[in-house]
Amino acid sequence: MTSTTLLFLVLGLGLVAWFFGRLKAASLQTSGTSSRSALHSLPTYHGWYVALWAIVPAAVFLTVWSFVSPAMITDAALTSSAASQLPQDGFSRAAILSEARAIAYGYQVNAFNPLSQSMVEPYREAISYYQMIGAVAALLLVFACGVYAWLRIKPDLRARTKIERVTMFVLLLASLIAIVTTVGIFLSLVFESARFFSMVSPIDFLFGTEWNPKAVAGPRGETGFGAIPLFWGTVFIGAIIAMIVAIPLGLLSAIYLTQYAPAKFRSWMKPILEVLAGVPTVVYGYFAALTVAPALRDFAVSIGISGASSESALAAGVVMGIMIIPFVSSMADDSIAAVPNAMRDGSLAMGATQSETIKKVLIPAALPGVVGGVLLAVSRAIGETMIVVMAAGLAANMTANPFSSVTTVTTQIVQLLTGDQEFDSPKTLAAFALGLVLFIVTLLLNLIALRVVKKYREAYE
Amino acid sequence: MNDDLKMQEPSESVDMTDSATTDMPGATSAPKMTARNVDVFYGEKQAIKNVSIDVSMDNVTAFIGPSGCGKSTFLRCMNRMNDTIPIARVTGEIRLEGDDIYAPHMDVVQLRARVGMVFQKPNPFPKSIYDNIAYGPRIHGLATSKDELDHIVESSLQRAGLWGEVKDRLQDSGTALSGGQQQRLCIARAIAVDPEVILMDEPCSALDPIATAKIEELIHELRGKYAIVIVTHNMQQAARVSQKTAFFHLGTLVEYGETTEIFTNPREEKTRDYITGRYG
Amino acid sequence: MNSLTEAKRQPTDWQGPAMQKRIARRYAAERRFKAMGFGAILLSAGFLAFLLVVMVGNGFRGFTQTELPLEIDFPAATGGASPSEFEGPNGNTNLQALGLRDIVDSSIEIQYGDDGTELFSPGGWTTVSAMILADPKIVEQKVTFDLPVASDIDVAYKDSGNDEAEAKVAEYSNQFSTGFNWNFLSNSDATDPMQVGIWGAFKGSLITMIVTLLLAFPVGVLTALYLEEYAPTNRLTDLIEVSINNLAAVPSIIFGLLGLAVFLNFFGMPRSGALVGGLTLALMTMPVIVISGRNAVKAVPPSIREAALGIGASPLQVVFHHVLPLALPGILTGTIIGMARALGETAPLLMIGMRAFIATPPSGITDPATVLPVQIFLWSDEVDRGFVEKTSAAIIVLLLFLLMMNALAIYLRNRFETRW
Repeated sequence: MTSTTLLFLVLGLGLVAWFFGRLKAASLQTSGTSSRSALHSLPTYHGWYVALWAIVPAAVFLTVWSFVSPAMITDAALTSSAASQLPQDGFSRAAILSEARAIAYGYQVNAFNPLSQSMVEPYREAISYYQMIGAVAALLLVFACGVYAWLRIKPDLRARTKIERVTMFVLLLASLIAIVTTVGIFLSLVFESARFFSMVSPIDFLFGTEWNPKAVAGPRGETGFGAIPLFWGTVFIGAIIAMIVAIPLGLLSAIYLTQYAPAKFRSWMKPILEVLAGVPTVVYGYFAALTVAPALRDFAVSIGISGASSESALAAGVVMGIMIIPFVSSMADDSIAAVPNAMRDGSLAMGATQSETIKKVLIPAALPGVVGGVLLAVSRAIGETMIVVMAAGLAANMTANPFSSVTTVTTQIVQLLTGDQEFDSPKTLAAFALGLVLFIVTLLLNLIALRVVKKYREAYE
Repeated sequence: MNDDLKMQEPSESVDMTDSATTDMPGATSAPKMTARNVDVFYGEKQAIKNVSIDVSMDNVTAFIGPSGCGKSTFLRCMNRMNDTIPIARVTGEIRLEGDDIYAPHMDVVQLRARVGMVFQKPNPFPKSIYDNIAYGPRIHGLATSKDELDHIVESSLQRAGLWGEVKDRLQDSGTALSGGQQQRLCIARAIAVDPEVILMDEPCSALDPIATAKIEELIHELRGKYAIVIVTHNMQQAARVSQKTAFFHLGTLVEYGETTEIFTNPREEKTRDYITGRYG
Repeated sequence: MNSLTEAKRQPTDWQGPAMQKRIARRYAAERRFKAMGFGAILLSAGFLAFLLVVMVGNGFRGFTQTELPLEIDFPAATGGASPSEFEGPNGNTNLQALGLRDIVDSSIEIQYGDDGTELFSPGGWTTVSAMILADPKIVEQKVTFDLPVASDIDVAYKDSGNDEAEAKVAEYSNQFSTGFNWNFLSNSDATDPMQVGIWGAFKGSLITMIVTLLLAFPVGVLTALYLEEYAPTNRLTDLIEVSINNLAAVPSIIFGLLGLAVFLNFFGMPRSGALVGGLTLALMTMPVIVISGRNAVKAVPPSIREAALGIGASPLQVVFHHVLPLALPGILTGTIIGMARALGETAPLLMIGMRAFIATPPSGITDPATVLPVQIFLWSDEVDRGFVEKTSAAIIVLLLFLLMMNALAIYLRNRFETRW
């Protein structure tokens, strides 16, 4: 039987165990004399107790088995007579074996290599043999553990406590997934980047100005992985142009909404601004490529700017800035609202106008929070992919002309991983190195932003 | 400043010849601010009912009463701080030197410079001590040179009795001072814009006894230079610092008179009950 | 107080012209500032409106197709095929055997001349085939169909196209009609813009979303409960919290790299499948659910917990019987918002290969699939002008769906969230 069928069988047996456990506990319950139940725990918990004992050991075994058995299967297949026909060379050997495996499991129908066909039968035998062993062992476990647990049901069995401890463990496991993911991201990035840096020196990468990725090093040893143009493009679009759009609009919107707008206006305008953050970035990218970029190029041509391309840093930057507005405005909103009202009253009571109070008292007081919000927005902008892929272009330029096309770190990650992905080629690995740089920079920005905001919050509490 | 204006008052003020005011309790010289039939509504709820009162230059006026009786609400009407509350509505007439402060042409910015306020919890700006004091004169353009500004800062701090303690650290943050010092800083800040009236909303309730004593001493010294109105829930404090006392109860002005009279021989029963501690 | 330094200050002349001018200037600055704030809001909202108008304007016509009438004389063309051949399960195969495509082509040539086939979309015969299967009796008659025109003619008719196409539009101008492009909603990707549809990508999105939800929701909720209710203050808890906050801020493309390196490369899972896509998106969505879940749980007042404990409920029972049900609306709202974000994600899925040309909708979680935003991305790269309106139309569908999800979240929040 297949592993899925086996799994369902185990679960089904667990259900049966649940009923039995509950039944036994329920019968014990009525044997008490007082109105209080004789049992420590409700019968349902006893049911769960037996069920978990039946399922969990078998499930653990099956998981381990699924990791261990393929190796054993391959070993068994190799002892067959057909195996002696296989070539000695490890590479073609592995290829034949993997093809035979694919046919045996049913993923493939015809063999490219006739030798593979001969290995299919031994494989099939080994597979069914080990699957049977696994199934029998699992079912034995289910019965043995289930019966053991069933026998342990007594009135004073603290079933609920045990179940709760298991549940707590599950909660903890779920929480650990977050750590595992973070570690996983970090390790995978570092691991692949390390392999990259063994092919291309980190100095060339971080400080090189020529971005022209080649799979093999050029005649003079140049590898074309100088990432400075990418860093420049990322900063130019995300930290400069986008911020020029987002900071004034975001900050002024937040000021108007918190200080001047009547409550009703604020109540529906704020969600509308939030919608800007909810539009998928691919839509922004298409809009930038379809409408904004051509318009800007025509504008540039009409006022005589040279080098205007239909994929421009300005188009991507402006649209990205629009997307970022809610991030800035929401943080600014929170920060301004956090300034104690007493400060505002104190200023107004001295005869300051509202704008003077905002400009000279509230904003300076809210500044750390606003700065934190800007840093978070920058972090978001430089990590953004789709808008720049669709609107900014692939040319690794080091230009300050906003109308020309530049490329960014994220665009190049996509570009490098398009098409053949060979994990030995420096091109593929370069994507991971870029990813590592991006990860570290965004992490730093976020940490700094949170520190700034935290210190500021403490000042008012 | 006060002497000059006092000379001019009899011809400008309406109040001396107005029969309505000659009936007003307590006015001995021309009142600086007058209120007539003031009602305040927060939405549907009426917080102040038909209050009429005079505040004069030579006296410190105390507003007393149990919590929630409206004394702070009324105080905030006097410099139109209730404007910042959207659901608040004020009817009636309040005049500063004869000008109706709620008239459409009345400039709120100017009004609040002439009628200063000190709040219950000291609220210095997160700026240096110097900038705290200089804030008002700067926005109103009261100083034409740095020297003038320095002079204003120094004299305000002196009047507030803080100069000696901070003269060597004017660039330190205003929030680094102790509670009592912060409150005196706020008083100095109010003085810096050269007000005619200073409203104090329970200025000592967040301070310790020693700081309180210093503030009360300061109020004594400021008397006569500014018309001072102080809201307090501490009767002994009212007795110590004020010459006129107004007793508020549930939004109405129950009794207004000389402080000594109110505290020794009040006319109204409610006043007597409050003074003797039957409620409050 | 040192009265020596207390020089007499000039009384402020509030009524004087200098002061009045200054006050007037200050009020003017106030008005300007307020106007700037309002202008910023108008500009921001205006950008949004502009974007929506452009998308809807372009995409609206993606839902329509230009059609030309074609008369097919079935008895003559098929040589007397009977309707019963096309009923039932064998109908389709019999239709293929009949060579329906050639029948359609020759009918076109009869009616429109030798180069008539240039007028029509090459996939038009599928429309005829569908109609025959729906009502086999029509093979006994002469029927006139409205078939979709070729892509460049469609573009020329709706907007403006190349000269050749414009000429054809002028020639047949009074025969064109515009019909609703149902194919757009039921087809998958194709090379001919008149034949593309979003169903393949949409189904891929649905399957991926289901996988994401099944993985992210339990993990996210359990983590939120653990962190809020049970976690002791120790280094491990700090580490978990720091991890969650970091993950929430990591750019989405990094998750794509993670999926590539770990799921595809290390675990060898099938590329382009909804399984890997769902796993990657689940890792990305989980922190969002945790953060909003924690806020929802935090909002439940301690008095509820104390009351439950007072009756003798165990800590687990307090949380699962009392706190969780009350926090559920907030958790669901946060989950829907997180899923909406995942629905619109493109970059991580590009990394794990969900960018293939999917001509048939996926049927399982390991079949090659694509999602709607990736489909939009792929179409946006196409040179053929006919794709512009289709891309915008797909964007409209995506935005509508997101709107529905967010509306659902807002409805849930308003209906079920209690203010304590």
